[in-house]
Amino acid sequence: MKMVTAIIKPFKLDDVREALSEIGVKGITVTEVKGFGRQKGHTELYRGAEYVVDFLPKVKIEAAVDSSQVDQVIEAISKAANTGKIGDGKIFVAEIEQTIRIRTGEAGPDAL
Amino acid sequence: MKFMKSLLGLFSTAMLMPALAFADDAPTLSSGDTAWMLVATVLVLFMTIPGLSMFYGGMVRSKNALSTFVQLFAITSLMTILWVVIGYSIAFGGEGAYWGGLDKMFLKGVTVDSLSGTIPETVFMVFQMTFAIITPALIVGAFAERMKFSAMLIFMSLWLIIVYAPITHWVWGDGGWLGGKGILDFAGGTVVHINAGIAGLVAAIVLGKRKGYGKTAMPPHNLTYTIIGASMLWVGWFGFNAGSELAADNVAGMAMAVTQIATAAAALTWMFAEWIFHGKPSGLGIASGAVAGLVAITPASGAVGPMGAIAIGAASGFLCYLSATKLKQMLGYDDSLDAFGVHGIGGIVGALLTGVFASTSLGGAGFGDGIESIAGQVSVQALGVGATLIYTGVVTFILLMILKLTIGLRVSEDVEVEGLDTGEHDERAYILN
Repeated sequence: MKMVTAIIKPFKLDDVREALSEIGVKGITVTEVKGFGRQKGHTELYRGAEYVVDFLPKVKIEAAVDSSQVDQVIEAISKAANTGKIGDGKIFVAEIEQTIRIRTGEAGPDAL
Repeated sequence: MKFMKSLLGLFSTAMLMPALAFADDAPTLSSGDTAWMLVATVLVLFMTIPGLSMFYGGMVRSKNALSTFVQLFAITSLMTILWVVIGYSIAFGGEGAYWGGLDKMFLKGVTVDSLSGTIPETVFMVFQMTFAIITPALIVGAFAERMKFSAMLIFMSLWLIIVYAPITHWVWGDGGWLGGKGILDFAGGTVVHINAGIAGLVAAIVLGKRKGYGKTAMPPHNLTYTIIGASMLWVGWFGFNAGSELAADNVAGMAMAVTQIATAAAALTWMFAEWIFHGKPSGLGIASGAVAGLVAITPASGAVGPMGAIAIGAASGFLCYLSATKLKQMLGYDDSLDAFGVHGIGGIVGALLTGVFASTSLGGAGFGDGIESIAGQVSVQALGVGATLIYTGVVTFILLMILKLTIGLRVSEDVEVEGLDTGEHDERAYILN
């Protein structure tokens, strides 16, 4: 089992969710986050007072998937979240040691 | 009162002026005038609550949003009572060069039948009350996000009685010395805006900067509030300016026209100035420009024509833009929401240019009584500006220093960091979870 974490542009969330549904991903967790990367921040000006906004709003998606599905998931997210412009985000993949469904107690890939 | 008298002695030349005689040719009630003034009064109240509350409330950080609304609401209530108790009497209670006396304390003699011109005196008293509400309320912008609520209430109370009411009498009261000199202040450029602006500047300096000013970001938390507030001010200002004619007549009509024109000119000027110097036009900019125009046309609204209005609006839009964006940073004071930058500067620009564009040769309605040239009118206007700057500046400073040394002016550092909403009122503007 793998945990696929993707940081994407907020307005791409719907496209990514749809793409993941299409390839059979059964659930994702979404968090609104802030951060900086190569895109850096921007400046805002209020009556002459200039503020540098360092952290930009992004959306973090977490999808726990079967190891066999991971390449498909990466491809789906990459395609759906791509605008070709700086700041499209990143995908991280990590190993999951165990998964348990709380209601039934099922464990392992069956619980995904 | 002694220091007040000696200070006033500075302007003793005025004492030699004969009291201005007001024509009392229409002692009967006009239902048309009364109907308009009832509406105008409500419009001016609407400028403070909710107009100015939203304009200011949107510009502060979210942790202080509610406290700004509370401050303006409390000022509205407190000034109402003080106006009834003593303010109205000092301003309009009788003849005198410097104050109207105490004869109308507790509205003595203001009955259901008493008239002021062609309208009931009750309507005149409440109309003037709404001015006595918005003027202190404007000062809030200068010390936003850091003044103790209790100190604010005491300061505003003293300020209304010692500063606002007497200056109102100087300009508009029977026998007032500035009015007697022929000053043109139709709706309160000097009485309201320069007065509040300079008091704000002094307050910003005496209270000191907000913690972290210039180092941490303090962007407005909701500019849509601010633009809605500016829009309400714009609408309400027709009561302020056209209402100051105290009649539903031709002058009120022209006051309405020039108010709209000057405001639009100033909004566009600030917007384009920002566009040129910064590269983008901003919402806060165009809204601020509109207020700068409203302020500047206030003294001029009964005296100038439409072309004068464009010139006054454009001048105020540009100069207020410079003062709020450049002058403040150059001098380093924290006039948080630009009470001085917009109302002080815009008021001065308006007061002086009223002297120019009142000229019939420039489409105006003519100079004040006994004045024959632009130079003569501008010098009287400048005298009014100077007297207000000095009197208000000095008295405001003394009032604030007394409070600073006794009960203290600022909230504790903890409260300032935490925000005035929870720190001073135990509640929050936004509960989003």
